Amino acid sequence: MVLDQFNLTRRIPKKTGVFGYTLAYSKDIIEAIVEEVIPDDEREEAIKEYGLGRPMKLIEGGDTHYVLQVIKNNSLIRYLVNWGRMASLWPAHLTTACCSVEFGAVSCSRYDPERFGWIPATGTLRQSDVLLIEGTVNMKMAQRVRMIYDQMPNPKWVIAMGACAISGGLYAKDSYNVLQGLNDIVPVDVYVPGCPPRPETIFQGFLLLRDKILKSRLD
Amino acid sequence: MVLEEKKKIEVYDTGGPRLTFSYGPQHPGTGHFRMIVTVSGDTIVDLEPDPGFVHRGEEKMAEYKTWITNIPHLERPAILDAAGMVIPYCLTVEKLMDVEIPERAKYLRTIVAELDRIASHLYWFSLYGVFLGHTTMFLWCVSDREFILDLSQLITGQRFTHAYYVPGGVRNDAPKQVPKELVKEFKYYYSRMIGREPSQEELSEDFSKYVLAVTHFMELRLDHYYEMFFNSEIFLERVRNIGVLKREDAIRLGVPGTTLRASGVKYDTRVNDPYDAYPFLKFEIPVRNEGDCYARAMVGYQEIGESLKIIRQAIEQMPEGPFKLKQHPVVIKVPKGEALGRAEAARGEVIYYIVSDGTDKPYRLRMITPSFRLLPALKHLTIGARIADIPPIYWSLNYWPVEADR
Amino acid sequence: MTWEKLRKIIDDVKEKFGEDLVREVYVERKIAKIVVKKESIVEVARYLRDTHRFDHVKGVTGVDLSRLREGGGPYIEVLYHLGSLEDQELNDVILNISVILDIENPTVSSLYSIWPSVEFHEREVYDMLGVIFNGHPKLERILLPEYWMDIPPLRKEYKVPGRG
Repeated sequence: MVLDQFNLTRRIPKKTGVFGYTLAYSKDIIEAIVEEVIPDDEREEAIKEYGLGRPMKLIEGGDTHYVLQVIKNNSLIRYLVNWGRMASLWPAHLTTACCSVEFGAVSCSRYDPERFGWIPATGTLRQSDVLLIEGTVNMKMAQRVRMIYDQMPNPKWVIAMGACAISGGLYAKDSYNVLQGLNDIVPVDVYVPGCPPRPETIFQGFLLLRDKILKSRLD
Repeated sequence: MVLEEKKKIEVYDTGGPRLTFSYGPQHPGTGHFRMIVTVSGDTIVDLEPDPGFVHRGEEKMAEYKTWITNIPHLERPAILDAAGMVIPYCLTVEKLMDVEIPERAKYLRTIVAELDRIASHLYWFSLYGVFLGHTTMFLWCVSDREFILDLSQLITGQRFTHAYYVPGGVRNDAPKQVPKELVKEFKYYYSRMIGREPSQEELSEDFSKYVLAVTHFMELRLDHYYEMFFNSEIFLERVRNIGVLKREDAIRLGVPGTTLRASGVKYDTRVNDPYDAYPFLKFEIPVRNEGDCYARAMVGYQEIGESLKIIRQAIEQMPEGPFKLKQHPVVIKVPKGEALGRAEAARGEVIYYIVSDGTDKPYRLRMITPSFRLLPALKHLTIGARIADIPPIYWSLNYWPVEADR
Repeated sequence: MTWEKLRKIIDDVKEKFGEDLVREVYVERKIAKIVVKKESIVEVARYLRDTHRFDHVKGVTGVDLSRLREGGGPYIEVLYHLGSLEDQELNDVILNISVILDIENPTVSSLYSIWPSVEFHEREVYDMLGVIFNGHPKLERILLPEYWMDIPPLRKEYKVPGRG
């Protein structure tokens, strides 16, 4: 569970050991870490002392979780896990309207995304990593997009393709039935502009997603 | 339901409990379209189509935009075939304004419309193949389509939704030269696919000769498609004698386009109600009598051949001259009245009915698209069939959900 | 030649159903329209189907006439675009018939029993403009979302939210 940055806490460790992992079995360590919410007048000192950029994680139930975090974000393990994830992204594409035709054109032999591990298997949602939403999302379809996003297993990413998915596009002012941008319902990672975007642009968006995954922190 | 449909179900109905499920909006086999299916065993007892997942309100939007700024959003319903959606709009506005467009504009409009028709049919076959399990057809058709889209890009500037047509002509002229890199890539692709080098006269940089070279290449590839896909067991086993639409039913249910021609009715708007340069060109209309899914696919296949012939004749016969009417202001005023115009898109005929009030915006614009008229046929054909027959029937009708919902 | 045959058909209908016809709009090569009274639309349709072989309907349109400058008023006009495939000479033309209804209470009898191809088109006119067709087997919403609670969107008093 991650707290937001306005609700700072500080950790006062009572007892730690050299290898915190072995102490995790003992009952003492469960009460070893006490969290308290910092009152407003002490906020600035706490920010200077601990820094705001450090992740403030609420750890209930001992040091195990914290130590696993440190081990996972060791640079070698993090690189291997992230490389495995980015090198074989399988999309589940939600073919809405115009942009779906450009998505079909990206898979041809002139542009060839399969050399990067992007296999457009028209399979189920339970086996996909990336949800690629192309085109206009309706008011009738918006509820179903949220249901589809909830059905995908973690880790998952979202690419919003086309001007209509970013902000409403050509249908922004005069249409009574179009959702003005996908930000309102799902968290988006990469925006690909264009109406419709050329295949080279989709390619660049897809490579940007790979960079983002490679540099991200593991939860 | 009609008596014949009730009889079909009585033969196959096992009498067990019925199950209703939703062939949902996110399905790799349908696109954004939902069907509510009731089955008993493996036989479909009732099917209820549920369109409306891509309804964007085009008809209401058209009342807020002027006559010329209406064109970009009116070509978005059938994206691949943008020419087919906008030509009848321009024809109707020209009928209201009582003008006649110059000769060169008619030929240019015809060439771009036929290029869009070929691109749309190739995409239809690629999706038809992939959803029956034949992935090679998808990859071959989509790769070949790139060269047709390059031609369209050289003339108009965009790959498909180009907004090239205006009431009064076209936006700009065809070029005279083709860039060198494109000719080199075409030569490499030709030698890989056909197996021999192209002849020297096909490799020039002149625009008309390049267009003739590409059309010749597509005709050679059509023979390859026939051997690989239309004559293979994967396709034939699933498609023969499935979804038979008889002639009387086709007329009674009012289906347009390819479906009508595959059931024995010879009807095409380019011949019956001609417009643009079609009166001066010679071509035929393919017609078949069986009415099953195989016949619909073969009619589409033969139409690609006819379109290539049209492009070749139009390029050779195109005269010199102006390509749009002289004064062309941005805001035009159309006189009062109402008019009706139609043209043939890739899937059937598109009809526009426009009421004008004398101002700079239309009063009422109504667009009747061919995909919406196919819904009664979809309902009629699937009742009594098996669940595994839904993809061949659905894709052979060439139903495009965005066009039906507008 | 086909437009002459259409002209003869319109004259024939005018003779047979004299008082039921309200108005006629005919411009050669542009539009051919007959406006009939609300109560007699089914008979005129049956006559056109049986005698003159108009065998399918290409579409149904609804127009809200309240803001038209000339000839407007609180009316809704419903048009049927008819076509013929059996008759070789009539292949090229479209004949339009229309009725004019009050905007307060727009009801008319459905033509489903004569031409089954109007099923989905009449549902769309009901959805977009609020016209009720008596005798339609399943008159429900087809294109708008399930929770639409506003007035029908193609009426002129409905303003699109983006433009105030």
